[in-house]
Amino acid sequence: MTLKTRYLRDRIVVSLLASMTALVVIPLCVIIAYVGINGIGALSWDFFTEELGSPARAMQGRPTGLAHSIVGTLIIDSLAVCMAAPVGIGTGILLSEFPDHPVNPILRVLTSTLNGMPAVLMGMLAFSLVVKPMGRFSALAGSFALALVMLPIIARAVEGVLNITPWSIREAGLALGLPRWRVTLSMVLPAAKRGVVTGVLIAFARAAGEAAPLLFTSFGNNYMNTNILKPMDTLPQRLYSLAISPYRQWHSMGWAAGIVLMIIVLASFAAARLLSRESAGLHIKSDRSKKPESNKEV
Amino acid sequence: MNKGTRGYSRRRVSPIYRSWGDFIFSTILLMLGASIIFLAIAMAWVLWREGSPSIRRHGFFGFLMGSTWDPVGGVHGARPFITGTLITSFSSLLIAFIPAVSAAVISAEYAPSWLARIIDTLIDLLAAIPSVVIGIWGIFVFAPFMRDRIYLPLSFWAADHAPRLLPALGNPVSYNLTTAVIVLSFMIIPYITALTRDAIHLVPKDQREAAWALGATRWEVIRLAVLPYARGGIAAGAVLSLARAVGETMAVAMLIGNANNLPFRLFQPATTMPAVIVNEFREAVEQMHYASLMAVGLYLFIIAFIVNLAAASIQKRLSVGGRML
Repeated sequence: MTLKTRYLRDRIVVSLLASMTALVVIPLCVIIAYVGINGIGALSWDFFTEELGSPARAMQGRPTGLAHSIVGTLIIDSLAVCMAAPVGIGTGILLSEFPDHPVNPILRVLTSTLNGMPAVLMGMLAFSLVVKPMGRFSALAGSFALALVMLPIIARAVEGVLNITPWSIREAGLALGLPRWRVTLSMVLPAAKRGVVTGVLIAFARAAGEAAPLLFTSFGNNYMNTNILKPMDTLPQRLYSLAISPYRQWHSMGWAAGIVLMIIVLASFAAARLLSRESAGLHIKSDRSKKPESNKEV
Repeated sequence: MNKGTRGYSRRRVSPIYRSWGDFIFSTILLMLGASIIFLAIAMAWVLWREGSPSIRRHGFFGFLMGSTWDPVGGVHGARPFITGTLITSFSSLLIAFIPAVSAAVISAEYAPSWLARIIDTLIDLLAAIPSVVIGIWGIFVFAPFMRDRIYLPLSFWAADHAPRLLPALGNPVSYNLTTAVIVLSFMIIPYITALTRDAIHLVPKDQREAAWALGATRWEVIRLAVLPYARGGIAAGAVLSLARAVGETMAVAMLIGNANNLPFRLFQPATTMPAVIVNEFREAVEQMHYASLMAVGLYLFIIAFIVNLAAASIQKRLSVGGRML
């Protein structure tokens, strides 16, 4: 093979790769543009202040909106964070600060098993553990299902960030004669604070976009409800039912719900990214690697 | 500062702080960790317990192979759903793999850093878009577009020139197997790209420099030095994204058309396991229908479990020096 053909092949491969990349990137821009344009066009003041009501309400042109879904999303998601964060952070600490603990191998395997499970199954588990005993759909069951989605993400993120926290911090604490628990709580965790918050935010963003686990746990509601023991509405799940509904007015409301949901999710991802970048001063390679670099690598 | 330290050393420390503290702390952590263990095991157990009436009635393989799904008649077979899940996930991986790896190679090897940052951000953005949002775009924009521009013309062309193709294509409907597979391949691209990119970033500099020093062209460097070293990460990324495709629910349920009549045709509705669960679980009043959906969930659990295990073992086996990802 002459040098010329080798260079030629080099060129051809580059152009092929570049066109493939364009094939990935361009439709993505199309999706974002469509959601953005249609969504912003469909947003109105009523969307944030009114509740949905029956289909007739939209057909007759009376004001409808998704205030109840937005409120419900916030309630259910924050409840889920409250459930998942302590358990996830605790598990992360156990995995990284007590590396020789006998349960760790099995815990690690099961955490990644749970992480790889489809979100629908979280909904089914929540259905049989919470909805069935309670005898009705409730927001509580929905947040339990979302907490299941968040748990493994938080646990792995916390383990990752604690693993790259410098050992010198722990050694300093132990040299002062502090017990392990004090070293962990007062020295290691504060040092890794940003990474932990990043992990929780990423888990939140992942769970906030999930509709599948909520369909048969929090069920949905056309009206405002703040009682967590009753069915409550959320944006992703409402978006699904609006999109498959036969009403034109509801379709455009679906686009509006889409942009609001996307803004919530992207804002939490952006916040997570910003936090981890600030703390690391490094380019974070991906959100999914779930291992925000810390200053150790610098 | 000095005074403070002396104060501490003189103070009598309660035993709870010292000797009991660590024990209490690790016990609390153990309990928190145990709840994850409990939940993971509970998932398998609950799916088995709730689904077993149906599996017992139809038989483990009878349920797997049966292709009738008749909730009213009480006959259930999961074959359409399992077939649909396997077809959609494998073909979307097939479609997505090469573009996704190309994007990763471009961003990690070729592009200047500003362009690489744009590509990376866009692809991470794609991963962040909720599945339902992609679903609504698919329903109102993508599916009608595909029907008018691809499915209908192709069917007419086939009717005129290649009637033998018609059985494979089926009557064109906008929510069909092809739509779902294409959208699904979009959704898994960011996972493959991100993991490939990470794997490429881990390739040591010496490896590349050695190839450069031999006079390799840029592509030869990538083909001979970079990709072989990163293959563990790339393969694991592909299998992990397969797991995502298997579990992807909402966008597929919105776009695949949800019809469980085998055999599936390219332009006709099909269904998958998560899709049938999402569509029917709320309306499953019959005891056997409910149990069958739980059993479908159990098979989904098993498939997802196997795929995840495969990803983990590939990652371990193919990675160089055991430090991949």
